[in-house]
Amino acid sequence: MIEWLRLFGEQTLAATARLGRGHMFLLRVLLGLPGLLRRPGLVINQIYATGVLSLLIIAVSGLFVGMVLGLQGYNTLVSFGAEQSLGVLVALSLTRELGPVVSALLFSGRAGSALTAEIGLMKATEQLSGMEMMAVDPERRIVAPRLLGGMIALPLLAAIFTLVGVFGGYFVGTVLLGVDSGAFWSQMQAQVSFTEDVVNGVIKSLVFGFVVTWTAVFEGVDCTPTSEGVSRATTRTVVHSSLAVLGLDFILTALMFD
Amino acid sequence: MATDTGGRTNDCVVEIENLHFSRGTRQIFAGVNISIRRGEVAAIMGPSGTGKTTLLRLIGGQLRPDAGRIRIDGVDVHTLKRRALYQLRKRMGMLFQSGALFTHLNCFENVAFPLREHTRLSQALIRHLVLIKLEAVGLRGAHALYPAELSGGMARRVALARALALDPMVVMYDEPFSGQDPISMGILVRLIRLLNDALGLTSIVVSHDVAETAEIADRVHVISAGKVVESGSPQALRASSSEWVQQFLNALPDGPVPFHYPGPSLEEDLLGHRGAGAAL
Amino acid sequence: MQNSRLLETGVGLFVLLGLGALLILALKVSNISAFQQTQGYDVIAQFQNIGGLKVRAPVTLAGVPVGRVENIAVDPKTFEARVVLTISDKYANLPQDTSASIYTAGLLGEQYIGLQPGGMDEVLKPGDEIMLTQSAVVLEQLIGQFLYSTAAGTSKSNTDGGQEP
Ligand SMILES: Nc1ncnc2c1ncn2[C@@H]1O[C@H](COP(=O)(O)OP(=O)(O)OP(=O)(O)O)[C@@H](O)[C@H]1O
Ligand SMILES: [Mg+2]
Repeated sequence: MIEWLRLFGEQTLAATARLGRGHMFLLRVLLGLPGLLRRPGLVINQIYATGVLSLLIIAVSGLFVGMVLGLQGYNTLVSFGAEQSLGVLVALSLTRELGPVVSALLFSGRAGSALTAEIGLMKATEQLSGMEMMAVDPERRIVAPRLLGGMIALPLLAAIFTLVGVFGGYFVGTVLLGVDSGAFWSQMQAQVSFTEDVVNGVIKSLVFGFVVTWTAVFEGVDCTPTSEGVSRATTRTVVHSSLAVLGLDFILTALMFD
Repeated sequence: MATDTGGRTNDCVVEIENLHFSRGTRQIFAGVNISIRRGEVAAIMGPSGTGKTTLLRLIGGQLRPDAGRIRIDGVDVHTLKRRALYQLRKRMGMLFQSGALFTHLNCFENVAFPLREHTRLSQALIRHLVLIKLEAVGLRGAHALYPAELSGGMARRVALARALALDPMVVMYDEPFSGQDPISMGILVRLIRLLNDALGLTSIVVSHDVAETAEIADRVHVISAGKVVESGSPQALRASSSEWVQQFLNALPDGPVPFHYPGPSLEEDLLGHRGAGAAL
Repeated sequence: MQNSRLLETGVGLFVLLGLGALLILALKVSNISAFQQTQGYDVIAQFQNIGGLKVRAPVTLAGVPVGRVENIAVDPKTFEARVVLTISDKYANLPQDTSASIYTAGLLGEQYIGLQPGGMDEVLKPGDEIMLTQSAVVLEQLIGQFLYSTAAGTSKSNTDGGQEP
C-alpha cells in the first residue's frame, strides 16, 4: 500500500518535472525562431519532410473520410427527406472537426513519430553533443526549424484533407446516390460560414500543429539516449500528442461554437 | 615546444583547478589539477572508465563541475553566458570518441558543416578548404560517401577533419587512434603533431596507445580514481618510480590498477542470492 | 543542388496546394461570397412568428435567390418580429404589394423567405415595408391542430358508432 503510494508520488513528480522541462525547452526554442528568418532553407527542408511526405496519406484519408460521411449522412438524412442537406453535413463535419482532428492524428503518427525518432537517434549517437561542441546550438539549428515547419505544414494538410473530403462526399452523394448537385453546393454555401467554420477550423489546426510538433521534438530531445529510449519516446509522442489533440479539440470547440 | 605568445605572463591555455565532479553517487573527479600550456600536445591517460571523456566534456562546457574551476585562455568556462560560451567553442575543436558524424550528411558536408554555420565563405572556398582537410586525413576520395558507408576508423578520421575545420585554438581528441591500422595510425600520430606545430594549436589527446602517445606528447597526465596520479614528460613518466604508472605504461596485468569496475567480489555475486545481472 | 531544387519545388507546390485548398474552401464551400454580394437595398417585413429563420437565410423569388436576411429584431411596439431583407439591386422593380412568406426547405430543412410579387405599378423602394406577410409554420402548432382535429374526429366516430360491441 505504502509502496503504491510512493510509486504514485514518484510518477506525479516525474510528470511535473517533465512538464516543466518541456516548457523551458519551448521557451528556449521560441527564442531561436527569429534567427530562422535568415535561414529559410532549414524550414523549407522540414516542410518537405513533414508536409510534402505526409500529403499522400492525408489526401487518401480525406477522400475516404469524406466518402464515408457522404454515405452515412445520406442514409440518415434520406429518412427525413433532407438529403439535400448532405453537403452541409459533410462540409460542416469536415471543416469544424474531422479535418483538423483527423489530419492532426495522422500527422502525429506520420510526421511526429519520425521527428522524435530522428532527434532521439541524433542524441543517442552524440550528434547533438557534437553540434554543441561545434558551437551550433541544436535547439536552434535542429529543433526550431522542425517546430516551425510542423506548424506551417499541418494547417495546409488539414485544408487539403477537408477539401478532398468535401469532394469525396460530393462524389458519393451526387454521383453515386443521386443527390442534386446544385442543392448540395448551394445548401452548403448557405450554411457553412467562412468566419465561424472555416477560420475556426484553421485555428484549430494551427494549435494542433504546434502541440503535436512540440511534443515530438521535446520527446526526441528528452529521450534516454539508447535504442530502447528512442523507441519509448516515439510511442510517447504518438500517444501524448493524440490525447492532447483530442482534449484540446474539446476545449477549442467549447470556446468556439458555444 | 611551448612558445611564449605576445608577452602573456600566463601561457597556460587550459587550467583545471581542484575539479570535483560526480555522476549520481559515483564520484568521478576529486580534486584534479592540470594545466596545459599554449602550443603543447598534452596527453591524458588512464584506465577505461576513469572519466577521460567526462573531463573533455567538462572542458567544453557541456557538463558543470560540482566544485573547482576550468579556465580556457584565461576565462572560466562555467561562468560564461550562453552566447560567450558558444563564441568560445568556436575556438575549440573536439573529436568525439564515437565520431558523432551527422548521418544525414555525406563526408564533404560533414566537414563543411562548421564552415557553413560560422563563416560566410564562398562555395568555392568552402570546397577548397574541405578537400584540403579531407586530404590531410587521407579521405578526399571518400568525400561523397555517407557515414553509414564508412568503416569505424574512416569515420573517425572524417570527424577529425571536421574538428579541425575551423582552425581552432584548442583541439581535443578523444581516442583518435582506436580502430586505425598501423599505417593510418602512424600518419594520424604525425598529423596531430604536425597540425599542432604548424597551426599553433594546443592539443589534448586522450588515448590508451602508450607508445604512440608518448611519441608526440609533450606532457602526459595520468588519471586514476578521480585524481591525477602522475604528470610529466613521457621520459619522466617512464622513469617514474610509481608502481601504478609502471603497471599502466607497461601493460602489466598485476599491480595496483584495478581492471574491474568497483563492485562486490565475484564469489559473492555468483553465490549470493541477490542476482546482479538484470534480465534482458 | 539538383536535389535541393527539386525539394524546394515540391515544398512550393505543397504550400500552393494547401493555400489553394483554403481558398476553395472559402469560396466554394463557405458563404464568403455573401460578403461581396451586399450591394442591394433593404426592405422590412414584419412577421408574427418567424419560427427558425436565421440571419443570412436566403430570400427567394420564384425559387431564385434574390437576397438575404440582414437583421432580425423584435418591434418594441407591436411585439412582432421585424426582419430586414437585403435584396439585390438587380431586382429593383418588385411591386409595392409583394408579399413575403417564411417557408421551410424540406420537412426539417432550413427556413427561408419566399417573395410573391403583386400587381401594382409602384415598386418597393429602399426602406419600404412589405405589408403582406405570412408567418412561419410552426411544426408544434401544426401537430397540435392535427391532433385536435383527429381527436375531434375520433370522438365523433365514437358517438356515431356507439352501437357496435
Ligand atoms: N551519462 C552518464 N550517466 C551516468 N554515468 C556516466 C555517464 N557517462 C559516463 N558515466 C560514468 O562516468 C565514468 C567515466 O566515464 P567516461 O566516459 O568519462 O570514461 P572514459 O575515461 O572516457 O573511459 P574510456 O576510456 O572507456 O572511454 C564511467 O564510470 C561511467 O560509468
Ligand atoms: Mg571515453
